[in-house]
Amino acid sequence: MASHGIKDQVAIVGMGCTPFGEHWDKGADDMLVDAAHEAYASAGVNQDDIDAFWLGTMGSGVSGLTLSKPLQIDYKPVSRLENMCATGSEAFRNACYAVASGAYDVVMAIGVEKLKDSGYSGLTGSRPPSDGTDSSLTAPATFSLLAPAYAHKNGLDDETMKEVLTRIAWKNHKNGALNPRAQFRKEVAKETIAGSPLVAGPLGIFDCSGVSDGSAAAVIVRAEDAHRYTDKPLYVKALSFSSGPATGALDPSYDYTTFREVRASAEEAYKQAGINDPRSQIAMAEVHDCFTPTELVLMEDLGFADEGTAWKEALNGTFDLDGDLPVNPDGGLKSFGHPIGASGLRMLFECWLQLRGEAPPERQIDSDKTLGLTHNLGGQPGACVSFVSVVGSEIG
Amino acid sequence: MRGIVGYGTYVPYYRLDRAKITAVMGAGGGRGHRSVAGYDEDTTTMGVEAARNALRGSTVTPSSIWFATANPAYLDKTNATAIQAALDLPQETWAVDAGGSARSAEAAISGARGTPGISMAVISDLRTGNPTSNDESGGGDAAAALLFGDDEDAPVIAHAIGRAAATGEFLDRYRLPGENASRIWEERFGEQAYLTLAEDAIERAVKEADVTLEDVDKVVIAGLHARAVRSLSRIAGDKLVDDLTGRIGNPGAAQLPLLVASALDNAAPGETILVVHLADGANANVLRTTDAIADYTPFSSVESQIENGSDNLDYNLYLTWRGFLDREPPRRPDPDRPGAPPAFRSEDWKYAFVGSRDRSSGAIHLPPMRVSMDGGAVDDMERVRMADTPATIATFTVDYLAFSLSPPTVAVVIDFDGGGRFQAEMTDVDPNEVKIGDRVEMSFRRLFTAQGIHNYFWKARPLAE
Repeated sequence: MASHGIKDQVAIVGMGCTPFGEHWDKGADDMLVDAAHEAYASAGVNQDDIDAFWLGTMGSGVSGLTLSKPLQIDYKPVSRLENMCATGSEAFRNACYAVASGAYDVVMAIGVEKLKDSGYSGLTGSRPPSDGTDSSLTAPATFSLLAPAYAHKNGLDDETMKEVLTRIAWKNHKNGALNPRAQFRKEVAKETIAGSPLVAGPLGIFDCSGVSDGSAAAVIVRAEDAHRYTDKPLYVKALSFSSGPATGALDPSYDYTTFREVRASAEEAYKQAGINDPRSQIAMAEVHDCFTPTELVLMEDLGFADEGTAWKEALNGTFDLDGDLPVNPDGGLKSFGHPIGASGLRMLFECWLQLRGEAPPERQIDSDKTLGLTHNLGGQPGACVSFVSVVGSEIG
Repeated sequence: MRGIVGYGTYVPYYRLDRAKITAVMGAGGGRGHRSVAGYDEDTTTMGVEAARNALRGSTVTPSSIWFATANPAYLDKTNATAIQAALDLPQETWAVDAGGSARSAEAAISGARGTPGISMAVISDLRTGNPTSNDESGGGDAAAALLFGDDEDAPVIAHAIGRAAATGEFLDRYRLPGENASRIWEERFGEQAYLTLAEDAIERAVKEADVTLEDVDKVVIAGLHARAVRSLSRIAGDKLVDDLTGRIGNPGAAQLPLLVASALDNAAPGETILVVHLADGANANVLRTTDAIADYTPFSSVESQIENGSDNLDYNLYLTWRGFLDREPPRRPDPDRPGAPPAFRSEDWKYAFVGSRDRSSGAIHLPPMRVSMDGGAVDDMERVRMADTPATIATFTVDYLAFSLSPPTVAVVIDFDGGGRFQAEMTDVDPNEVKIGDRVEMSFRRLFTAQGIHNYFWKARPLAE
């Protein structure tokens, strides 16, 4: 028994991504139509050419009907998936496996979330009836647990830690300012970020990703068929997923400065893709910067920085658009918000643009490397699911 | 000989400076402080805390619980069952409520005294009144538990040598169900009624005890009728035990057992203590302490709990907590009500804070798990109650967004002495004072109330020094 991966067996040949934001004038149905048809056009296919669909959404609908009805899909299979905040990536992963298995020739992975209809701040979700003892903490609060723990472990004082977190938000907003699809398209001054009202622990409102609506989609085919659709397919090098035992809040050996699930999924992805030094081999990464300390910790968990050094690297600009390893060149969750089912595919969309040299010139990465990484996280420190993909513009 | 074999008290952390009432309202208030139950406390949770203190200062296990309050958390449903569950007492324990009136304290005490075996009276009260009223400033919140038993169960530290009761039907104070403030008849009327009844009860009790008032070493007088209590106090002279109303207010039904506990905190062997309760009549008890009281140390004295409180509570928070002031809620969904079947299945965890310990690896699981996180052993766990184990903060945060009656919510990850970790809400703490490495203990609280269901569970609070 072993995990083998499907390196270079399937490829993305078309993608679509709606602008992310407060779409008061569009429902989930509208965004699905927009993203799907942009992806069809990108791949040069019609809806009839798609053999099966995988829809990721956390709460904007249940069942395949959520997609087949607005798109008027004629009796094709539509799977609806949910895997917390990694839902969009999960739709993509399962769609890829369906093609690799030989079951289908052409499939679509599509994700959507309509968050702004709830009227609430932050994310909400419904839970099954419980005994009432579950934590009632909000997402920013659970992720804010990382900040004092990381600072304590690495000997950072409160001011330095705040400076690091502020630098991460500043960098992602700077990138997002260059992206017409982003929810927030303005640079934000460090003083504004650092001085923003507190939401949880040391995290201000600018340390949190926004709440937005959006949808993104990918058309996936067998690698050998890819050139029938595009000259520049994106080959899937690795897909990994890790669902943890959720023992962080039970296990005194867990110190809230790492995501064990991320480490497991990164190790598996690098094995599948044949990567031994991600920092030097990857051209760019889109990671799950739901909150600024999350991105900080991810840099170490994904092997982009040595243990205890991510804070220095973040301050030094290693992960800036023009740094050694650009992280979230599209602006990340910070600039896009986090429409849950769509985010994983939105990350892939940036790889699609960057690795094909189709990003707008002002944010196109100048690199001779051909690999991009996406990382998507659901849950909270100590109890989460983590997804890592590696995609590349060349076979081999 | 049957009598008191132990006791425990609970005075909540918060105090309201009565001058703050006057400052805001231009009326009411006065000098001194009243005790205030936290936004996450009710008479049941305070009763649990008093009962825990009684049991932590003792080696006995009660076979019955008599709970009384004038401010029950539930009607129809018994509240003593939550206390029984929170104390991790077995199913054979008989747990019952008396309630509605301040006088119900006497029912709980008499019931516990008269029930064979170790029996515990738990009396708790949470007093409110209309803003600027005497009840608002003069009331208090507290609980006390008295353990009764026979000498063969545990050393009796005090026992009644004379008892008498007198009952009177007259309108002193009264409250319709659902109202949050009492109505009170003219004080001078009640004063006369009470003094007549008290003289009768005291005379008969002293006679039964075969002592005279001159033989009495201390006098405890409890009752919500301040004027009658003050008048009657003249019989005590300098033997009067401080009724604590200046520092914590009058905790209604709980005042009688709380003042008995306070007297016992400072009692020597062979003392004679006259205890009088004025509530729709008069009840007089002549207590005699035994030699065993010299060896009895309560888990936490009344004085130490008063000392450990915080005087910083602002009046607007007090009004909010007691439901007199509605604030703009956060833009977040209301909390879900707990489900009855899941709560029933996890009673040991939810109410008694019992986790599971893997017999092979020793790993402690909070909440309890069937499959071990250390080694994966299946269904090889033993129960481990962590309610009384201190812990240390590993990391923490302050959640300004989560739903709470009193935001922000402080959350801590705590490591228990001897193993076991839990992510808890923290209470009775200034959010700016929390630090990694701080010591905490668990406290039974009401997290919130949703659709008529009180969601009881445990929180962390600073460990009392």
